[in-house]
Amino acid sequence: MTEYSDFVRQYLTVVIFAGVGIGLGAGLLGIGKIFRPTRPQEQKYLVYESGVDPVGTGWSQSQIRYYIYALLFVMFDVEAVFMFPWATQLEAYGVFGLVEMLLFVAILALGLLYAWRKKVLRWA
Amino acid sequence: MTLLLASFAPPYWLSTLIKVLVISAVVPTTALILGMVFLFKIMSWMQSRLGPQEAGPRGTLQLLADGVKFLQKEDIAPDGADLWVFKVAPLVVLMSTLVLYVALPASMHLVVADLDVGVFFVLAVASLSVIGVLMAGWSSASKYSLMGALRAAGQLIAYELPMVLAVIGVVIQAGTMSLNGIVLAQNNGSIFGWSGIGFPYILTQFLGFFIFIAAVQAELTQPPFDMPVAESEIVSGYQVEYTGFRFLIFFLAEFATAFVFAGIAAVLFLGGWAVPWLPTASDWYYVLGPIVLFAKVMIVSFIIFWVRFTYPRFREDQLQSLAWKVLIPLALVNIVVTAVLKVVL
Repeated sequence: MTEYSDFVRQYLTVVIFAGVGIGLGAGLLGIGKIFRPTRPQEQKYLVYESGVDPVGTGWSQSQIRYYIYALLFVMFDVEAVFMFPWATQLEAYGVFGLVEMLLFVAILALGLLYAWRKKVLRWA
Repeated sequence: MTLLLASFAPPYWLSTLIKVLVISAVVPTTALILGMVFLFKIMSWMQSRLGPQEAGPRGTLQLLADGVKFLQKEDIAPDGADLWVFKVAPLVVLMSTLVLYVALPASMHLVVADLDVGVFFVLAVASLSVIGVLMAGWSSASKYSLMGALRAAGQLIAYELPMVLAVIGVVIQAGTMSLNGIVLAQNNGSIFGWSGIGFPYILTQFLGFFIFIAAVQAELTQPPFDMPVAESEIVSGYQVEYTGFRFLIFFLAEFATAFVFAGIAAVLFLGGWAVPWLPTASDWYYVLGPIVLFAKVMIVSFIIFWVRFTYPRFREDQLQSLAWKVLIPLALVNIVVTAVLKVVL
């Protein structure tokens, strides 16, 4: 029981620190509010486009070229999640665990190789 | 003094309060130290110029002066901006940095929370900051910002993996994911029976160290991986619409993150807060631990900033192909070799 509450407490600390992060930033900005001037002027609120007036909307459409990389990323990231618990227990699993994971890595490496050969890893 | 610290065991809420106060002071201080020592002094030394000279003795207070300057700047949000998201974005980035400090151990007990899955936790929260960056870039309603944010996301996708895979090698060797556990495993280890310097993993995981540092460089968006904030192409990317203190928070978070990542690298590869000649159970580490860790962090940061000041920027496609065609295959090979050696030896 105590162990479980320790476990929960550790993550309570994490949550508290996330709050502190937000609070620290907000506090700094609050201090700044006392010192900084506010002199509204229409031109100040234009977005910056290297000196000329902005053209069209800022949320313009652009081609995200790396969406296939993103798919590969998801695949390999999930692989990494599987590998961490295995890595901690490798000594206990011995040769059996080693061969299992080698197969796993080999299949994924094959996937990467396939993507490479299919010229997906190219900035198209 | 050390015994006093060792016997000091306050209840949870008091200790959390103390930790909050300490970390709130440590985060800006580390960012200032790195900014001052490396960005101003070492950079100007490497580029054969003097750097700041006026504020304080030899210009050491320059960043404080800059901070005061930023404090007085008007807070401007562009016209079409998504105001709420725009204002929260820097805080999200700072939050991700602060949460990283939770897991970094400065000695056996001088750690905010000694998580069992320490390394995993660090890698997970490290990628939170890119959400803040995406928020900043999108909400600014500026083309440069949006482009910078998209580049940052693309970079994270490419370099998160080498970093994670490089760490697996260390986890295999240590057999634990706890950062303190990794420190203990290194300092109580021995090289073929010789325990003179413990067993810092940089000796066997040099490839991992190299990949990790390269990936850290990319996560920090520092040159040569600074496509998202490339000033000559997209005028500072996602930061372009930020003024005054909100901009300073991005700066603060970047340097504090650099410090904590150097700390993680020191823990994973250089033996963390311990020196091999003093047993890890010694009470001296209450005082010595932070000092040793700080020294190692400075060494790692020097490498990070040395690279930063030396190399020109990659092109976006070069950046992706370096990650996918060089670093990830190398990291996979590293894992396989480490695992085989671990089981065979």
